[in-house]
Amino acid sequence: MNDLVRRLRVPVVSVVLALAATWLLLVVVDAPPLDALWQIWNGSLGRLSKIPDTLIAWVPLTLAAAGLIVTFQAGMWNIGVEGQIVMGAIGAAFVVRELSGPPAVVIVAAFVVGALFGIFWALIPGYLRTRFGVHEIFSGVALVFVASAIAVYLIIGPWSRTGVASTSGTDLFEERYWLPTVGADEYSWLAILVAVAAVVAIAVLMRGTRYGLRLKAVGKNHHSAFLMGIPTNAYMLSAFAMCGALAGIAGTVQALGFHHKLVPSISGNYGFLAILVVLLAGFRALWTAPIALFFAAMLVGSTQLSLRLGIDSSLAGVIQGMLVLFILVVGAWQAQRTRRLARRAETATTAGGG
Amino acid sequence: MEVIAGIVAAATPLVYATIGETISEKAGVINLSLDGSILLSAMTGFAAAFVTDSVIIGYLAAMAVSAVIALIVAVTSIELRLNQIAVGFVLFLFARQLALFLGNSYVGVNGPKVPSWDIPLLSEIPFVGTVFFQHNISVYGSFVVIFFAYWFIYRTRPGLVLQGVGERPEAAFARGVPVNRLRYLYTVVGGAMVGMAGAAVSLDQIAGWREGLTTNVGWIALAFVIFGGWHPYRVALACYLYRALLFVAGEFQVQFPDLVQVLTQLPFLLMILMITVINTEWFRRLGDRYPRWRNFLASAAPSGSGQVFVRE
Repeated sequence: MNDLVRRLRVPVVSVVLALAATWLLLVVVDAPPLDALWQIWNGSLGRLSKIPDTLIAWVPLTLAAAGLIVTFQAGMWNIGVEGQIVMGAIGAAFVVRELSGPPAVVIVAAFVVGALFGIFWALIPGYLRTRFGVHEIFSGVALVFVASAIAVYLIIGPWSRTGVASTSGTDLFEERYWLPTVGADEYSWLAILVAVAAVVAIAVLMRGTRYGLRLKAVGKNHHSAFLMGIPTNAYMLSAFAMCGALAGIAGTVQALGFHHKLVPSISGNYGFLAILVVLLAGFRALWTAPIALFFAAMLVGSTQLSLRLGIDSSLAGVIQGMLVLFILVVGAWQAQRTRRLARRAETATTAGGG
Repeated sequence: MEVIAGIVAAATPLVYATIGETISEKAGVINLSLDGSILLSAMTGFAAAFVTDSVIIGYLAAMAVSAVIALIVAVTSIELRLNQIAVGFVLFLFARQLALFLGNSYVGVNGPKVPSWDIPLLSEIPFVGTVFFQHNISVYGSFVVIFFAYWFIYRTRPGLVLQGVGERPEAAFARGVPVNRLRYLYTVVGGAMVGMAGAAVSLDQIAGWREGLTTNVGWIALAFVIFGGWHPYRVALACYLYRALLFVAGEFQVQFPDLVQVLTQLPFLLMILMITVINTEWFRRLGDRYPRWRNFLASAAPSGSGQVFVRE
């Protein structure tokens, strides 16, 4: 019981603080706080007709977050995941545009090529890090910009719509190559299946296998892991490759399952947001799924804000940022208090003994 | 000539941001929130200047906002021992979204702008006058910041202490230097300078507020601090070269309109390449043979950078 209280203290305090700060912010911009939060709920999970939209956002967010679990556990910041999503979408779009055949074959091929493109784009910062010591954050961010530049180039250049070159996207893909849906559903059961499988696979990989254990060792203490005989570079590269594959699959889902074409903002910021999800999940794979659902709901629900209340939908991002910040700060604060108490107890015993 | 003057003026926000980050990294704190900080301070600066009709208050507001964000990075890392990268990244997303949220009502509004002012006498020097002395206070300020940062860090005693705090915090502490207090000071000062970068965009360069106004300036700045080897002159040189490259890319746009998107991202590829080359074994060997070359192209990060100093 006591243990439960202690474990719940950090999240509860953080949520209360984030809610209070959100309240303050909404009062400042002269918006009704309760109504705003109600709109977010009602525009996402609170109404049956909005749940598909939430699921559509949940899939890429969860895929990217599951991938990031691996790189984070290996001790690396794969910020470039956003660009890896873009590359995955480009790879998938390439297959669907160039290949024709039975839909099942083409779609599987698109997933494979999308994943390969993601892997390729993730291995660049991975290689630069392991071979030359270039920090993956900076090469990763640079490659995000390069990836979106390539997407825009393709959209206005070689893959431009017949007759017009506009940044609104390529022609729609042939409808038979869209991800399969049930009836009139907008979301694809296949995409959801893939996301669920990814989370489970990563959770099993990190908790139940030798590979996961050794990868964590690399992340915790690179030098000792190397001395223990773990090929650290190979492990780091494999982590990048795995994250890139999942990001590429996320891009494939975005292209084939949601936009049905290549658009400049195909990654939808999900890569960056997934980093917040993973930080909030405390690097535990199974937690990414519910937290991603919560984030996706806020994201989708907040679009109602501008329609109904005339305030910007970026409120969702503000709340998410505050929540993660508070979780980090409150958690660290509690850890520090525990440290202090332990130290005080220690000095008390030594003083008593002497 | 006007072209070079344009490049010099265009690099202003980047110069403020890189020099600000150089100062805080020299003291040992990495502020990864830069891109968000700049956007939020650009919005705040514009809004404050719009409401009060005073550019100066706009700059002060921008600096204050960015300084507060830097302070959060400093407090959470020094007091709470949180990972600077994690906090910085969360603050990057948070500040970006907050800027969009609060700035919503200022999109497309016309506001005050830094007036241009030719420096008397100096501006009449042929060539040099046009290139450097026919701008405005914001641009002149960026020159001053470069020289002052160099002079302070490498030519004064407090600057030497600053380097010690970043390089060898334990040694500095043993000599009676209040390491963490100085880290607070320089992180906040660097943060305020980053805020000026935001104001330089929203009150001078673009003069206005809209979404995505500062277009990744923060990330470019973070990379240029490394690229410039934490040295104000070289960092500034990187900023000017970057703007020059962008100008050249813009010229090519006319001939290869399809390629413009790729060309404007070319500096990023060059940057990765450059940082990679500096890190190669080959370059290290070259550097051992010709130390001058190494000093010109590369230098190591302050060794205490990103690490929390804990007094035992």
